[in-house]
Amino acid sequence: MAILTKEQAKALLTKVLSYSKAEQCEVNLNGSDGGNIRYARSSVSTSGGISTNSLVVTSAFGKKSGVATINEFDEASLEKVVRRSEELAQLAPENPEFMSFLGPQEYGPDSPTFSEATAAMGPKERADAVQASLNQAKENKLNAAGFLSNSAGFSAMMNNKGLFAYNKSTDVAFNITIRTEDGKGSGYATKGYNDYTKLNTKADTAIAAKKALASVSAKAIEPGKYTVILEPTAVAVMLENLFFDLDARQADEGRSSMSKPGGKTKVGEQLLDERVNIYSDPWNPELPTSTWSGDGRPQQKVNWIEKGVVKNLYTSRYWAEKTGIKSLPSPDGAIMPGGTKSLEELIKGTEKGILVTRLWYIRSVDPQTLLLTGLTRDGTFYIENGEIKFPVKNFRFNESPIIMLNNLEEMGRSERTVSAESNANYLLPPLKIRDFTFTSLSDAV
Amino acid sequence: MKRRNFIYLSGVGAAAAMLPAIPVWGNEISVERALEYIDPAAKKILTDVAMNAARSKGATYTDVRVGRYLNQFVVTRENKVQNIVNTESYGVGIRVIANGCWGFAATDKMDKDSIAKAAELAVSIAKENGRLQSEPVKLAAQKGYGEVSWKAPIEKNAFEVPIKEKVDLLLSVNDAAMKGGADYINSILFMVNEQKYFASTDGSYIDQDIHRIWPTFFITKINKETGKFETRNALSAPTGKGYEYLDARPQDKIKTASGTLYKGRYDMLEDAKQAATQVGEKLKAKSVEPGKYDLVLDPSHLWLTIHESCGHPTELDRVLGYEANFAGTSFLTLDKWESKKFKYGSAEVNITADKTEEGSLGAVGYDDEGVKCGKWDVIKDGVLVNYQAIRDQAHIVGLEHSQGCCYADNWSSVQFQRMANISLQPGKKPLTIADQIKNVEKGIYIVGDGSFSIDQQRYNFQFGGQLYYEIKQGKIVGMLKDVAYQANTQEFWNSCSAICDQSDYRLGGSFFDGKGQPSQSSAVSHGSATARFNGVNVINTARKIG
Repeated sequence: MAILTKEQAKALLTKVLSYSKAEQCEVNLNGSDGGNIRYARSSVSTSGGISTNSLVVTSAFGKKSGVATINEFDEASLEKVVRRSEELAQLAPENPEFMSFLGPQEYGPDSPTFSEATAAMGPKERADAVQASLNQAKENKLNAAGFLSNSAGFSAMMNNKGLFAYNKSTDVAFNITIRTEDGKGSGYATKGYNDYTKLNTKADTAIAAKKALASVSAKAIEPGKYTVILEPTAVAVMLENLFFDLDARQADEGRSSMSKPGGKTKVGEQLLDERVNIYSDPWNPELPTSTWSGDGRPQQKVNWIEKGVVKNLYTSRYWAEKTGIKSLPSPDGAIMPGGTKSLEELIKGTEKGILVTRLWYIRSVDPQTLLLTGLTRDGTFYIENGEIKFPVKNFRFNESPIIMLNNLEEMGRSERTVSAESNANYLLPPLKIRDFTFTSLSDAV
Repeated sequence: MKRRNFIYLSGVGAAAAMLPAIPVWGNEISVERALEYIDPAAKKILTDVAMNAARSKGATYTDVRVGRYLNQFVVTRENKVQNIVNTESYGVGIRVIANGCWGFAATDKMDKDSIAKAAELAVSIAKENGRLQSEPVKLAAQKGYGEVSWKAPIEKNAFEVPIKEKVDLLLSVNDAAMKGGADYINSILFMVNEQKYFASTDGSYIDQDIHRIWPTFFITKINKETGKFETRNALSAPTGKGYEYLDARPQDKIKTASGTLYKGRYDMLEDAKQAATQVGEKLKAKSVEPGKYDLVLDPSHLWLTIHESCGHPTELDRVLGYEANFAGTSFLTLDKWESKKFKYGSAEVNITADKTEEGSLGAVGYDDEGVKCGKWDVIKDGVLVNYQAIRDQAHIVGLEHSQGCCYADNWSSVQFQRMANISLQPGKKPLTIADQIKNVEKGIYIVGDGSFSIDQQRYNFQFGGQLYYEIKQGKIVGMLKDVAYQANTQEFWNSCSAICDQSDYRLGGSFFDGKGQPSQSSAVSHGSATARFNGVNVINTARKIG
């Protein structure tokens, strides 16, 4: 099934709902087409294309609900999936946390999440983009390992209480690791966009190549507390753990970094440096996301952290009703406004410090303090008197993003980046942080 | 559907929040449908369609996987059933070589026309990518086996056990934990059945039936006055067994000074009771003094260290650079293997790869490119002797045949190199857990897996656990907290000074070994007996955030 238009999706969902005999019925429809190329050792290692569609029907009688899914769209199949969901709902026990479906919602204007150019990408366009990257690596006698993927998809939902939502989106992602032939240098770059025309695989490969050549024969320096400049890709994997912790129920239950003793939360507290603002906005032109969440609630511009103060936590509808807090779904992206300086200008203004390209294998060590561990990778450099002096061996860090954002020295210009851990897209600045804790050295290149 | 076969089903969202992300869970289906059987003869017809279509478009090799992947999740918290979901993902993945290059396409439309079109797409992708290839794919020879089959040797199919029985078990577990002092508990049963049919132009038609099960729980206890909290996760190992795994007999239990450990089968109720007590003890435990300690590591913990520091660096695709952009490369470069004297560990350290170990998560008869599976040495008496390879890599290490390490997590995913069950062999001399502890002057006994992280070439790692016991002069003197150890892989394995004997050998493992782009999950087990490592650096992980 191709990417359905809003009208086509509405017609199909209306037909599905017409078969319903349940007290409440809600239908979610999703489809996507995509492809990818993975390459290493100057050759394609894997590639492929996949197209999927899915229709999910939820029927409810009182607090009993049932879900059934199908990927066939003839009339008999559509009726069959509705009947199955009703059958399951009748047999299910009551769910005390079941919430009645939402009625009609206001989602505001569509967000520019779809790009025709990205949707039109096929095997040839993917191969062309990879060839540009491979040529760049070969010209410099470097080894390239990279991944390019594109997808186009749509989501729609409708229920018998009058709610209808639709969104279509595209995504293209490229990441590249360039290694020197002797294995002594490695560099990395990653980019993700809705619009494929913004992607320049040759330029991104050149960035990774420059880092690879500059990182050859790194020196060992003692672990300890250092001023660091984290590039946006490194910032993403630290901060997303903070975003993930903004869950109201976990905080209320006393088991997250957002909890205080006695069932209280840190909402309203000055948790971070007052220059820290974190928000989400589905209409941001650089990071457009869906204007509605998976359960039909509208997404809106929300300040999560404002001047370092925790302003809001996201929550399920059930928990919002139970506790009386504002019902906010978790967003699809996060934005942290930065300063006006480029990364190069941040480096120029640094007397002594370490530039970190990428962080790797981030894991939680202590959920109470949000302490994380992980390592630097693919381009770690020592800065002195405003200049990169030499490459340094990689470090293991043990640091909390909360502590880190209290040790904020300076922020650069925000840019769109991709988390190498979750593949989520963010708008984040490079950050200059003092007293960042490195606990040991790694010989890995 | 009859009420006696009822399914609790309350929306997929709650379960999704509880479980690690998997690219393709599949469509939700009823229990009855999960027990339906699909005739291999019907699958054979479809695979022949794909192979003929690919050949007609110029493919020089084709393999076809018809996969039916069934999952069942039973998810509870405290006294509530949050979710019960059965999912099915059914479709076909077609891999070809054309113009010397791999191509792959997949479809869930199981008619001949759609399958032929997918095969043609795979060939067109291969041809398009052929221009990027520096040298053609070289595939190790593989004889065709004709029509063969393999079934996991389970005693009780978990999908046939009534849902009510599973719900009753989990709610009993939760009740026991809450009565034991826990503030919160989430418990989950996760069951998997992979029904895989593989055919290739080598002349193999392989039908396999694979089962896995993972019962687990997560307990939290909070000190209401201070707001401090601690957690204790289940000591279960995910396993390649049927529902009999949950029927633990006395011989399946190891009684120690710190509690009961499980060998082969698991007593979930007993573990929840002891976990509720232990999580309270963790809240009162002494914060560790950083420094060098001798570590005594239980198999419920050590499996993860083996996975990260032995399993991944001996994967040949990492050694060669195929994972350089994501999971990383390996410090175990070809020159180290060629030297035949690279000292990976002490003489105590013998590590094997085994795709056939009974009850392991990675046990299969044949891998996902039609290679019959087996067992081989990777580290012998501390020296690196071999890697883990697949068909298009075998020639690089002088092998005539693949070692059978190819796997895809779904019909819609392309198969690539994944880890075999990699295990530390037990010591040859009699040695119990009590003996190990008795011989340590200053040490920490660690049980259960916790936080884990390792660098991209598998040198520097940091691990936490579930339970940490301080050892002083041969005796456990109390519980510690805020413990993590850091080491370099080679130094760590060279510090291995004693391994308990076969009677203590147990399997740990994971359903979710992630690798590849797009990322895929693989299930794999790692066996060991309790082992001692001398002079390992331990850090204190306590911090303050104001």
